[in-house]
Amino acid sequence: MDAKLVNPFISATVKVLETMAGITAKPGQPYLKKDNIAQGDVTGIIGITGEANGTISVTFDQGSILGIVTKMFGEDITEMNPEVADAVGELTNMISGQARRKLEEEGRRFEAAIPSVVTGKNHQITHFTSGPVIAVPFATAGGAFTIEICFEK
Amino acid sequence: MGLDLSMTVLIVDDFATMRRILKNIFRKLGYSSIIEADDGTTALEALKKEKVDLIVSDWNMPKMSGLDLLKTIRASSQYKDTPFLMVTAEAQKKNVIDAVEAGVSNYIVKPFSQEQILDKLEKIFE
Repeated sequence: MDAKLVNPFISATVKVLETMAGITAKPGQPYLKKDNIAQGDVTGIIGITGEANGTISVTFDQGSILGIVTKMFGEDITEMNPEVADAVGELTNMISGQARRKLEEEGRRFEAAIPSVVTGKNHQITHFTSGPVIAVPFATAGGAFTIEICFEK
Repeated sequence: MGLDLSMTVLIVDDFATMRRILKNIFRKLGYSSIIEADDGTTALEALKKEKVDLIVSDWNMPKMSGLDLLKTIRASSQYKDTPFLMVTAEAQKKNVIDAVEAGVSNYIVKPFSQEQILDKLEKIFE
């Protein structure tokens, strides 16, 4: 997988959370993920096509997503519910859009599908292609989340 | 010309989250007449029921996309002059060109701030 595909998604994640929720997300060290078990409670996943095909997922633990959604809505959100799942889908959509915009500036064109959301402890993440899965952990004041990037070439 | 805070705003997005964020922003800006639709077809239904002064629409929606909604609006004798702000994650050059050719009034890319929304409204209604 082209490593240059990873950085736009990291910077897009930081920008989306900063702009929409005023949340600072600190990226950690990327690593190769070997299993398909989600590192959190809710995952947004979106298919991407173009010069390479793949999927991007964003998995939040409960603390991080409740903190983010509380800031996005300007009101206290204290439990996981369908509104939180909807917000995860929209965040995934925005991260994908922002990253694809950066990639287009480098002359690399990608399109995205409509995101889907999976919830529950130890849920599985199914990437649509068989390439390596690069995971990037992030820390926020409320908790952790992880993005996964998987492209076929 | 200043902004008319009594106007009715129709927010169209398949994600309840984005409708809620936009609704909060418009309320903070002083607008109180705000209606919602979750895709292009329900937006057209809403237009039949209420006079709308500004449409704020997502691009990527099931059933009828924001671009198709825009084209339908511009082809309608009744609604063709209604200002249309596209709020979308789709910001590649081709998307912007397609929207401009279809007659979009202005275009804002997610993620966005309240200040950016206000700036676009001022440009639309100046």
